[in-house]
Amino acid sequence: MSQTSAPQAPAAPSPPPTSVQPRPRLPRWATAAAFAGAAVVAVLLGVLTALNLVTFVLYTAVVGTLALWAVSRRVEGRRKAKDRLVTSLVLGAFAVTLVPLLSLVYEVVRRGVARLDGEFFNSSMVGIIGPGGGAYHAILGTLIITGLTVVMSVPIGLLTAVYLVEYGTGRLKRAITFLVDVMTGIPSIVAGLFAYALFAIFFGPGVRLGIAGAVALSVLMIPVMVRSAEEVLKLVPNELREAAYALGVPKWRTIVKVVIPTAIAGLGTSVTLAIARVIGETAPLLVTVGITNATNLDPFDGRMATLPVFAYYQLTQPGVPPEFGIDRAWTAALVLIMLVMGLNLLARLISHFFAPKTGR
Amino acid sequence: MAKRIDVSDLNIYYGDFLAVADVNVSIEPRSVTALIGPSGCGKSTFLRSLNRMHEVLPGAHVEGKVAMDGQDLYGPDVDPVDVRRQIGMVFQRPNPFPTMSIYDNVAAGIRLNARKMKRTELDDLVERSLLGANLWKEVKDRLNRPASGLSGGQQQRLCIARAIAVEPDVLLMDEPASALDPISTLAIEDLMTELKERFTIVIVTHNMQQAARVSEQTGFFNIAGPGQPGRLIEFNPTEKIFSNPDEKATEDYISGRFG
Ligand SMILES: Nc1ncnc2c1ncn2[C@@H]1O[C@H](COP(=O)(O)OP(=O)(O)OP(=O)(O)O)[C@@H](O)[C@H]1O
Ligand SMILES: [Mg+2]
Repeated sequence: MSQTSAPQAPAAPSPPPTSVQPRPRLPRWATAAAFAGAAVVAVLLGVLTALNLVTFVLYTAVVGTLALWAVSRRVEGRRKAKDRLVTSLVLGAFAVTLVPLLSLVYEVVRRGVARLDGEFFNSSMVGIIGPGGGAYHAILGTLIITGLTVVMSVPIGLLTAVYLVEYGTGRLKRAITFLVDVMTGIPSIVAGLFAYALFAIFFGPGVRLGIAGAVALSVLMIPVMVRSAEEVLKLVPNELREAAYALGVPKWRTIVKVVIPTAIAGLGTSVTLAIARVIGETAPLLVTVGITNATNLDPFDGRMATLPVFAYYQLTQPGVPPEFGIDRAWTAALVLIMLVMGLNLLARLISHFFAPKTGR
Repeated sequence: MAKRIDVSDLNIYYGDFLAVADVNVSIEPRSVTALIGPSGCGKSTFLRSLNRMHEVLPGAHVEGKVAMDGQDLYGPDVDPVDVRRQIGMVFQRPNPFPTMSIYDNVAAGIRLNARKMKRTELDDLVERSLLGANLWKEVKDRLNRPASGLSGGQQQRLCIARAIAVEPDVLLMDEPASALDPISTLAIEDLMTELKERFTIVIVTHNMQQAARVSEQTGFFNIAGPGQPGRLIEFNPTEKIFSNPDEKATEDYISGRFG
């Protein structure tokens, strides 16, 4: 269909793009001012309702964000206003996530520091009723059982990951990936019952052994290890493998000498994070290792103490009067957190020192 | 020791996709053979099939015969690892080992294969290889620094040094100079002229002048259309290809009247 309207005049030459024209900007103190104003408003609002810390912070955040957004929208335009709004939202979300973390750390430190003394690290619970006593046996027990877990899980997990990334194809690879996914979802108590049932076959019902605990923890740790190691190995560029093949290096040597060294920093991090995942497990150790007051360092002979189970029993059966047991429970929790933090620090150090260097 | 390569009826697949069809060619020892052709026509694919690097990709396989001095490289009892030890390769993109120093990268062919060598011999080999790749002057004071600290062109020359350090019989180079400045390019070309005394060299290049300068023989690959396999259209002495080719397509491509 043809139109019979007069031929359109060519569009007037549009003005050159204006993107470099200066736009009005809010001064730097605008953010601070908006939130200070909001704080005042919050106090006023608080007088009407009930003012406490939570409502005060909440009012300030909401009113400040909205005020900043409105002002910015008038002065700076839509895009900049949206930027400020989203920045506030993201920072707010970050603050909200920090609240439980900080309050947890604060509470554990506040209550745990009472018994963070030499005796706690030096003595077990033999013959302790009331004050004193310590978690010497539980700390060593945790270290021994976690160590055994690492010795069992890291090779299995790493080799599985190597298989999945370097060798696996087709059905078998998909089956293994599926099973690892299923294993990731196993509730920890089920892992504990599995290990208990396994050892009960050989040692009769009621068996309690450190090694059984390590087996239970391995069931939890292996899938975590496989998954993270797999991701890390996948990051190694294929070109490096091809470079090695082109030099006539066999595949297994390429993996051992090129792929794993290139990924070593990431692998170290996976190991430490997998350890952090299992070191605080309580339920599986409760059913497989139990607890004891005396020091038992032999994972193949009877009950052992571990920090999480120690904390559990000190809290649930503190004795009379209860406060000493409860104090010990908090300190055990604090030591556990310190262990995990230490591990994370170790992971950082590993990736710092082993990461491929650029060295320009 | 240079060796000749005879390719007959070679078809190269990625899974079901036939990427290169029906290649018949003889590559002469102690010479440089250049492969030219438009992007995507299968030059890299063909090159990678010569040292059995093609098959490391899942699903990739070949049909036909590739023989080096009469020995079938794809024979049932031939280990691809042995083939790659004799036929070295330089890739289109530089790929030094990032965890290793410059020195270790050059020594990688020896070290990774756990071949025993005295320290002084190894030092010698590293120096000779770096000199050969025209990199020695730039790196001789920082041999123990990580290789990832080099510039792209330096990394490519490091890869060449790494490839010649294992003294292969045949050296395959996939656009080795595409990331290099004219001076390094010239150095690489000189290097090729020098290396062809000892090695058989096959080079893929998009640079006609380079092909004309360095090679004795030139092969022109072409592709009929998307989804079609690439084919070796013409294989002749370089002089003939660039002055008076047999095929019209070759002439069009060389004179830039392509497509
Ligand atoms: N890994 C792969 N999987 C599937 N197909 C591939 C793969 N690599 C290349 N191909 C296909 O094979 C054909 C030839 O590719 P090739 O890389 O050999 O081209 P080329 O001639 O080297 O091109 P260029 O000059 O751009 O490097 C192309 O159609 C490409 O899409
Ligand atoms: Mg290519």
